[in-house]
Amino acid sequence: MSTTSTEVQPHGGHGDHEHNPYHQHHFATMEQQFDTSKLGMWLFLVTEILLFGGLFVGFGLMQQRYPREFIEAHEHLKQVISGKLFPLYGAFNTIVLLVSSWTMVMGVNAAQTDQRKKLIRYLVITILLACVFLGVKYVEYEHKFHDGLLPGIFYKHQAEDIIKGTHGYATFFSFYFMMTGLHGIHVLVGIGLLGWLVVRAKRGDFTSAYYTPVDLVGLYWHIVDMIWIYLFPLYYLIS
Amino acid sequence: MSSHTESHAHHGGPKIYTANLFALLFLTVITVAAASFNFGSANVVIALAIATVKAILVALFFMHLVWDKPVNAIIAIAGFLFLGVFLMFDFLDVTTRDHLQPANMAPMQNATPVPDTMNPLKAAPPQPLTPPPAAPEEHK
Repeated sequence: MSTTSTEVQPHGGHGDHEHNPYHQHHFATMEQQFDTSKLGMWLFLVTEILLFGGLFVGFGLMQQRYPREFIEAHEHLKQVISGKLFPLYGAFNTIVLLVSSWTMVMGVNAAQTDQRKKLIRYLVITILLACVFLGVKYVEYEHKFHDGLLPGIFYKHQAEDIIKGTHGYATFFSFYFMMTGLHGIHVLVGIGLLGWLVVRAKRGDFTSAYYTPVDLVGLYWHIVDMIWIYLFPLYYLIS
Repeated sequence: MSSHTESHAHHGGPKIYTANLFALLFLTVITVAAASFNFGSANVVIALAIATVKAILVALFFMHLVWDKPVNAIIAIAGFLFLGVFLMFDFLDVTTRDHLQPANMAPMQNATPVPDTMNPLKAAPPQPLTPPPAAPEEHK
């Protein structure tokens, strides 16, 4: 197939290149195939925005209802440094995710320009940064577990809250764990996808003519970053 | 092969991405700094406005929307638009409930407050319970 002359190519369009092994027969050109995949990915990302959007709306409504308890619970997420409350874990993780977004986009750029070594290096750095993010989250969760500030029925301070009339704490920590937990699951899935990309990149699957998976995982990784951009101020900064 | 590369028309590039990263880190510093001042209820608005600027920067440059075919941007904008509709109508509902009363009722200041029907605990504030009896010894 690839050895035939351009006149015999059934696909029309650019006839000046050989048939790419990743070119699916129902697409006229590689570009059309790429655009179609990207469109589908964006539709998926919109469902992600709406999935987290529902949680954000719920969080906002509960903050309206329990303003005092939510603000006090926020203080718990901050760490005391030299006598001042500072959103240490949240700020650190924001920087980690932003840098990982940059390494991801640099990886996409490397794939577009046929730099396989560079692509693998950037993907591996992105995975490492994602692991750092989850490591910090683990330390943070550990702290909450220790204090019994767990979601739903596992929350340990119901009795005190009923006496004090502070019902918002349990709600706050349920939202905290559901939203950061769902985000954390997305980071885990991202690590899996990035690992898959590393394996395929090592095999030499990606060229400037075909790098769709790298680009789409990149989009996914950026939406995960974007969700954290909103989670960070809402959970760690408001006081 | 090389002629094909051009058809994808790569824009952007390491310089723009790096500049974007520094802009995002700078905005993170700004948002942390802004949170240490007390602007009252404006704090939330400032934090969310900065977050939105950051999200737009990520979408435009890291997610290539500025160079992409417009259809992807239209989908993204539609997603956020409907999230906005969702958010707005929920808040319109919940935050204005207390102001509503039947037309045949006495003016609000004379009326008994309308109970917050969404929240039974708030409607009838819990009476301070008698503190539990001194912890029984067998629990220790």
